[in-house]
Amino acid sequence: MKLLTCPLNGQRNISEFTYGGEYHPMPNPNSTSPRKWAEYVFFHDNEAGVVIEWWCHTASSFWFLAERNTVTDTVIRTFEASEIFKRRIDFVEPTSGDIT
Amino acid sequence: MPFGLLKYGLSSEYPAQHHFTPATELKKHYDVVIIGAGGHGTAIAYNLAKYHGITNVAVLEKSYLGGGNTARNTAVIRSNYLTEEGVSFYRESVKLYNNLSNEFNYNVMMENRGQLTLAHSDAAIRSFRWRAEVNQHMGVRSELIDRQTIAELVPNLNMSEDSRFPIMAGLWHADGATARHDAVAWGYAKGACERGVELHQLTEVEDIEVVKGRVSAVKTNRGRVECGAVVQAVAGASSIVAKKAGIPLPIHCYPLQAMVTQPYKPILTPHVSSPHVHVYVHQTSRGEFVIGGGSDPYPLYHTRATLDQRETLSAAAMELFPFLAQARMLRQWAGTTDMTPDYSPIMGLSPVENYYLDAGWGTWGFKATPICGVTMAELVATKKVPDIIKPFELERFYNYEQINEAGATAASH
Repeated sequence: MKLLTCPLNGQRNISEFTYGGEYHPMPNPNSTSPRKWAEYVFFHDNEAGVVIEWWCHTASSFWFLAERNTVTDTVIRTFEASEIFKRRIDFVEPTSGDIT
Repeated sequence: MPFGLLKYGLSSEYPAQHHFTPATELKKHYDVVIIGAGGHGTAIAYNLAKYHGITNVAVLEKSYLGGGNTARNTAVIRSNYLTEEGVSFYRESVKLYNNLSNEFNYNVMMENRGQLTLAHSDAAIRSFRWRAEVNQHMGVRSELIDRQTIAELVPNLNMSEDSRFPIMAGLWHADGATARHDAVAWGYAKGACERGVELHQLTEVEDIEVVKGRVSAVKTNRGRVECGAVVQAVAGASSIVAKKAGIPLPIHCYPLQAMVTQPYKPILTPHVSSPHVHVYVHQTSRGEFVIGGGSDPYPLYHTRATLDQRETLSAAAMELFPFLAQARMLRQWAGTTDMTPDYSPIMGLSPVENYYLDAGWGTWGFKATPICGVTMAELVATKKVPDIIKPFELERFYNYEQINEAGATAASH
C-alpha cells in the first residue's frame, strides 16, 4: 500500500497520511461505566481481515474513513465521515454524579 | 583443520543432537496445552516439566519450532527500562539469560556486549538521567555518559557536530547483551521434550471450547484435545487466538522491519540504539550489521519488507555509521509485533478461569523469554500470580493502571 485516496484531496502518497485507529461507535461518556469506557479507549478488534478505520490527511487535517484489508495490505475504499455521522455530535459536560 | 571438518561432515555417524522427539499422535487429554512453540511457549513448557513436575504437556505450533518472532527479532537483551515494575522484571530475565547455557547444557551464544542508547536532544538527556536513576536504584548497571566516553566505546560512531542530529550524550547499560535467538527456543524445546513434553508442529488451534467460564478443550486441525489448562504464547497472533476464547485484548499488530548487511571484521562491540533517528545497530558474531527498528505506520498482518523502511533505516544507520553507505544488504524482513497501548506485556490470568495469557510482547519479547518461562510456569502450576508479573495483568487496562514503557523501547513507533 503506497497510495491512499483522500475523499477531499484525491490520491496521495501514503506518507502524507496518519493512521487514526479503528472506527467504533463511541459510548456516551456521561453515562457509560469506567469499564466500558476503558474497553472503548484501549481495546481493539485487531481484525485480520477487512477493517474500518480513521485516517487523516496530515497536510490538510482532513479526517475520513477507510475500509482496508489488514492481511493483503490493500485499501478497498475511502469515504467521508458524513456517510456514518448523519448529524453533529455535541459533547455535554458531565455534572458530578453523572459518572458511575 | 579442514580435513577434520570434511571428515566430520561426511561421517555416517554424524553426531547431530536430536532437539526433540518427532511428532506422534495427539493424545486425548493433556494437563496443560501451550499454544505457540516460540521461545516463550517452549520456556513455559520447560519450566513446568523441570521445576513443577508437570510433564503431561503439549506445545501446539501451527508452523514450526521458533519460526515466528523468535526467528525474526534482533536478539537484544537489556533491562534499562523506565518503570520500577519493568526494570525489576527484565532485570531478572537478564540474570537468567546469563546462566541459560549452563541451565540447558546447550550453547545459546550469550554475549555481554553492553548497550548504548544515544541522546540527540536535551529532552533525551533528561529522560536518560531519569532512567539511569531508576535503573541504579533497582540494581541495574546503567549510567549517563558523555561524548568522549561514547567515542571511546564506539570508535566508528559518527561523532561529528555538523551532522543533522549531533550526538550529545548516551545511556550506557553494561548489562546489555545478545544471544542466538533460535538457540534459546531450541534449548528450551530440547530440555522440555527430554522431560516428557510433546511438541506438535503443523498443529493449528482452530477453536477453543469454553464451558461455564472454563476451557474444556481445544480443537486443532489434527483433532480435539481436552485440557486442564491452556496458555497462549503466540505473539503476533495474540488477538486472533484470544478471540477464540472470547477474550478481547488491547493489542494492535504492526510489522517491525529489520535488515542485515554483508559481514565485516569485528569493529562494533556494543549494541547502539538511537530513538531519535529511529534505528538500532549491532554487529553479530558472524560480522553482519543488524539494522532494525522500523515499524510500519499502520497495523497489518503481513511480514513483507518495504522499500520505504529500507530507505529510512538505511538513512538513519548511515547517519550513525557513515561507512555503512558502502554496505550491501543481505536480507530484509519483518515480524508482526503485538503492540499494547503502554508498551508493557500482558501476562497472567484472563477472564477465563484456566486460560492464561502471555501476550502483548510487541518489540520486547525476546529479552523476557527466560523470566516469562519461570513466572508463567509458576502461575500455571500454583494458580497464584507471582508478584513480579502482577502489574502486567490484563485487568490493568480496566483499572487505568498502565505501565508506561513507551519511552524506553528502542524501536520507533
